[in-house]
Amino acid sequence: MKAEGVRLITEEGLRHDGRRPEDLRPIKMQVGVLSNADGSAIVEYGKTKVIAAVYGPREPPQKFMLLPDRAVLRVRYHMAPFSTSDRKNPAPSRREIELSKVIREALEPVLLLEYFPRTAIDVFIEVLQADGGTRTTGVTAASLALADAGIPMKALVAGVAVGKVNGVLVLDIDEVEDSMGEADMPVAGAPDLGLITLLQLNGVLSEDEFKRALDMAWRAIERIVEMEKEVLRGKYGLAPAQEQGGVEG
Amino acid sequence: MSVTPFRLPVISRLRREAIEEVLSRGLRIDGVRDPFTPRNVKVEVGVIEKAEGSALVKLGNTQVMAGVKVDVGTPFRDTPDQGVLTVHAEFVPLASPLFEPGPPDENAIELARVVDRSLREVGAVDLGSLVIRPGDKVFVVWVDLYILDHDGNLFDASMLAAMAALLNARLPHYEELETGEIVIDRSRREEPLPLRHRVVSVTVAKIGRYLAVDPDFEEESVSDARLVFSFDETGRIVGIQKTGEGALSIEEITRALEIAKNAAPVYFKALDEAVPQPGA
Repeated sequence: MKAEGVRLITEEGLRHDGRRPEDLRPIKMQVGVLSNADGSAIVEYGKTKVIAAVYGPREPPQKFMLLPDRAVLRVRYHMAPFSTSDRKNPAPSRREIELSKVIREALEPVLLLEYFPRTAIDVFIEVLQADGGTRTTGVTAASLALADAGIPMKALVAGVAVGKVNGVLVLDIDEVEDSMGEADMPVAGAPDLGLITLLQLNGVLSEDEFKRALDMAWRAIERIVEMEKEVLRGKYGLAPAQEQGGVEG
Repeated sequence: MSVTPFRLPVISRLRREAIEEVLSRGLRIDGVRDPFTPRNVKVEVGVIEKAEGSALVKLGNTQVMAGVKVDVGTPFRDTPDQGVLTVHAEFVPLASPLFEPGPPDENAIELARVVDRSLREVGAVDLGSLVIRPGDKVFVVWVDLYILDHDGNLFDASMLAAMAALLNARLPHYEELETGEIVIDRSRREEPLPLRHRVVSVTVAKIGRYLAVDPDFEEESVSDARLVFSFDETGRIVGIQKTGEGALSIEEITRALEIAKNAAPVYFKALDEAVPQPGA
């Protein structure tokens, strides 16, 4: 409905930024970027830039928030006022409230929260620059920050969005493709567990397109999690061979 | 900030095991259903005369009311040639011991946004024909969802209520004064609200190793995660939301889609019975 008349795929089948449909944007990751936080990471998918920090396990400011058998996870997804073309009001929007929830639910399946009863683990995600795929970039940054904080995890998670523009399924859509395209499907998962932890679809897909889009996302998530492992090994000076029995459990 | 729910209903481990045990035999804890059948669903429209459109949906013991109000307002700057559609949900405290008075929490916001997207992305409401003066005056359509009784699966009941209320809605008469001001006369309701699609959502819960459509409150409380699939009348997927703390394999997602697709006709039928298709 939105895309009428706008060409986002060239006759050669390339996207407006020159990528092929199954290409990711250039991804950059760095861990341990903040001094105060127990863990932190900054992740870029093209021009989208997201920083995440983890505090905890710690005593929450309000004690009523505690669970007797595990830690509570508290997640805030927030966009910096300067992250968008028009200034974004810093007050949390309905969108940010929803995304904080779906990101929390994307992280909880991999965390061993039962190791820390009566505590809180806080994940703060700040979108510094938004160019599409901010929630999925946020999940990847949060996964790295949690690992950097030494929070016990069953597996790493990563996110990526698949879109549909001019009838073509494309991986890792940017803002132009999201705003002009026919569908935006953010996905996050933990390949080492074989589990999808976040799935949303904004837009219209046939059943067949949905299955292909999910497959595209899954293969990309596998690649992004490998990058996460590489970055963590780099930080902690682990060669791949030394990893036995570690993250892969 | 979104926090792991810490005020959850207590469901005993025995009850949880019983729910899973009956599912393992292809049955449900209510003793009536199989995993693939939604509860009895009843859609009634025109329940609130003062609203331009309204509906009451009963899905088992879950009750959701939806009211459509129509105003004249200004369009969004980036869509000067389109009317405005807004969906809000209120988790009214009388509906559940879990609901507290106050502004919508993340669950109410998520619900409203999922319903909103499922309607918006497919163009269920023809916003292009709600323009009075391009860039200046358009119809603003408010869909307010009122959860009256929470026995699980608020998503499907709310989507049905929203859709039925929109189908029931009529635009108020308006006149343009010499000053250019637009005044509406709510006592005269004329054209039906222009709609292009009928949309329903179907929720499938993952409970342990099992999948079940339209979970009731207890099933929902013990579920790992839920997948909400929205479909239009042609079977296209017009929205998806995974909700809940758990995770699903791709194989489970594919099976859940199949279950949802096969259950959707039950909701479409309830909708068609309440508001017959034109020419039917």
